[in-house]
Amino acid sequence: MTATRPPLIELAGVGKRYNVGLPNETEVLHGVSFAVERGEFVALIGPSGSGKSTLLNIVGLLERLTAGSYRIEGAEAGRLDDAGLTLRRRAVFGFVFQFHHLLPAFSALENVTLPALMREARVSAAQHERARAMLTAVGLGQDMHKRPGELSGGMQQRVAIARALVLEPPLVLADEPTGNLDRASSDEVFSLMRQMHADLNTSFLIVTHDPRLAARCDRVIELVDGRIESDRRGGGTA
Amino acid sequence: MLDWLAFERRVAIRFLREGRMQTVLIIVGVAAGVAVVAYISALITGLQRNTLEKTLGAQAHVTLSARDDVVLPARVPDADSTALVHTQPRVQRPRSIANWQALVPVLEAMPAVAAVSPMVSGAGLAQRGEASKSIALMGVDLERYDRIVHLRTKVVQGEARLGPGEGIIGRELADDLGVRVGDRIAIVTGTIGDSLRVTALVDLGVRELNRRTVIVPLRAAQSLVGLPGGASGLDLALFDVWAAQRLAADLARQFPYKVEIWQEANSQLVSALNAQSVSTALIRGVVMVVVALGIASVLVVSVVQKQREIGILRAIGATQGQMRRVFLLQGAIVGALGSALGVLLAVGLIKAFTTFVRGSDGLPLFAITLAPGLALSIAGIATLCGVLAAVAPARRAAALDPAQAIRL
Ligand SMILES: Nc1ncnc2c1ncn2[C@@H]1O[C@H](COP(=O)(O)OP(=O)(O)OP(=O)(O)O)[C@@H](O)[C@H]1O
Ligand SMILES: [Mg+2]
Repeated sequence: MTATRPPLIELAGVGKRYNVGLPNETEVLHGVSFAVERGEFVALIGPSGSGKSTLLNIVGLLERLTAGSYRIEGAEAGRLDDAGLTLRRRAVFGFVFQFHHLLPAFSALENVTLPALMREARVSAAQHERARAMLTAVGLGQDMHKRPGELSGGMQQRVAIARALVLEPPLVLADEPTGNLDRASSDEVFSLMRQMHADLNTSFLIVTHDPRLAARCDRVIELVDGRIESDRRGGGTA
Repeated sequence: MLDWLAFERRVAIRFLREGRMQTVLIIVGVAAGVAVVAYISALITGLQRNTLEKTLGAQAHVTLSARDDVVLPARVPDADSTALVHTQPRVQRPRSIANWQALVPVLEAMPAVAAVSPMVSGAGLAQRGEASKSIALMGVDLERYDRIVHLRTKVVQGEARLGPGEGIIGRELADDLGVRVGDRIAIVTGTIGDSLRVTALVDLGVRELNRRTVIVPLRAAQSLVGLPGGASGLDLALFDVWAAQRLAADLARQFPYKVEIWQEANSQLVSALNAQSVSTALIRGVVMVVVALGIASVLVVSVVQKQREIGILRAIGATQGQMRRVFLLQGAIVGALGSALGVLLAVGLIKAFTTFVRGSDGLPLFAITLAPGLALSIAGIATLCGVLAAVAPARRAAALDPAQAIRL
């Protein structure tokens, strides 16, 4: 007997209001519903201001929803307190941001081992090895002791990808990971994510403005004015 | 243990190193504050110890004497009535502490008591030729008395000895009477007279005492004062002068004697010392508050500067508690490093003080040292101040909305 596993994440009627109760109260998400299964490679597209980053932050438990329900692996995550949110975030998500948010005071390798350090108060030899392998895999084998300031934008973004993936989270959330890169580096970084998806079967939810890249995803969700306009599958190429 | 707060330590140290100038300045600020506090504490401790040693090395810390005679009312008043009685106080006559020989070993056995010396005191006249001076007569056992007032160190001429027929007198009294070591003087009290040979002149540190003091053997004083075999009081020296109050209370409860402590005879000194202690405590408190405010302001700025980093750390899994501890730890590190530096600075200041500040005789004025215990406690308090100063910034860091921080 095979019980059907709940989706990795499942949003139902998710709404988000900012400045609730204030004169400038605005609703930026209106009843957003979708689910992502394990191993999916999804693009989230839409015009500027349509709520993509807000949605991604809600999915990544960096922000709370104000309406609807959000389940992670079947468990409601909308009502957790900060400690609970952090624990779920640790267990489920890796993040890649547009402005390759690395910690400037830490070397590339240290940036990649930080997630392990903050979870277990130590970095085991195996985790160190894994971080090195990860950096080598993203093409930074030679530069892992450099600080972010000494790396190019594309290289920094590859470090961020290594950091997001080093603990093999089920889902990586990327907010315009190539938005700040030239076309060549942007292709490179995108290919790297597809590669990691193929190697580790990690799910990806990627916000992008680049239709070329969206076309290379397995599924494209389009957000307009805080509503899902379309949700198409198929056509992804590696 | 190696892993204890490993993440927090790593991030705190990196944050501090990143804020280079800011960090250096605040550590120097803490060091200056700690140095001031440590130096002032050492200075005042040394000064007070010196003053106390000088003063209390020359007098008993606790004295026991017979209770004053009081006139009891002729009729015991009824419980519910008030009697208005006017009684003339009696003339006090010399009285002995009953059974004092047995009491001495009992007192000596008390752990707080360093020395016990019986004393017979009375008033009289010292005469030599035409000259006649009123004196305070003290009969003592020299060995015991020396342990209370260190008489031997105060001898300015002759050699302290108190054989039968011998006496030690104050320097000014010798001048007034025109006597030198080896001369004889006559002592008269009431009806009795005696003569003694001066073996030594002493300087008790106070001119008025030097002008009046005549120290004779116990037995000689007993007969001059009219207390055969008696002692008008027992002088006690304590190991810790501040234990006097407690000991006196105990003694007053156990024995039917009048108990006096050094503080009563030196109330001005005591209030001066108290005023000093209060002022230094105030200075220390203010300096510590300033130090804490300095640390707090630097950390508040740092939280704002590091918003983005805090947001990233939160996104990749740092808890609110971890962010809070990162900043508390920064306060502790700044406090501890500043303390270490400040203690070194204070040691240097003290060295300079003892090297360059000298009395007219070319010797250091008084010993000032920074006791390791004091240094440690000041460093501990400064470090604690650092942690407390970090509480508000740490809360802000923990409360930071990661989504907002990441959008920056
Ligand atoms: N903290 C906030 N308070 C009020 N309004 C906000 C807040 N954050 C975002 N918004 C608003 O919500 C809307 C959606 O913003 P969001 O950043 O999610 O859009 P986006 O689709 O990511 O846009 P872009 O493509 O430009 O990044 C915008 O109108 C924005 O001004
Ligand atoms: Mg956005």
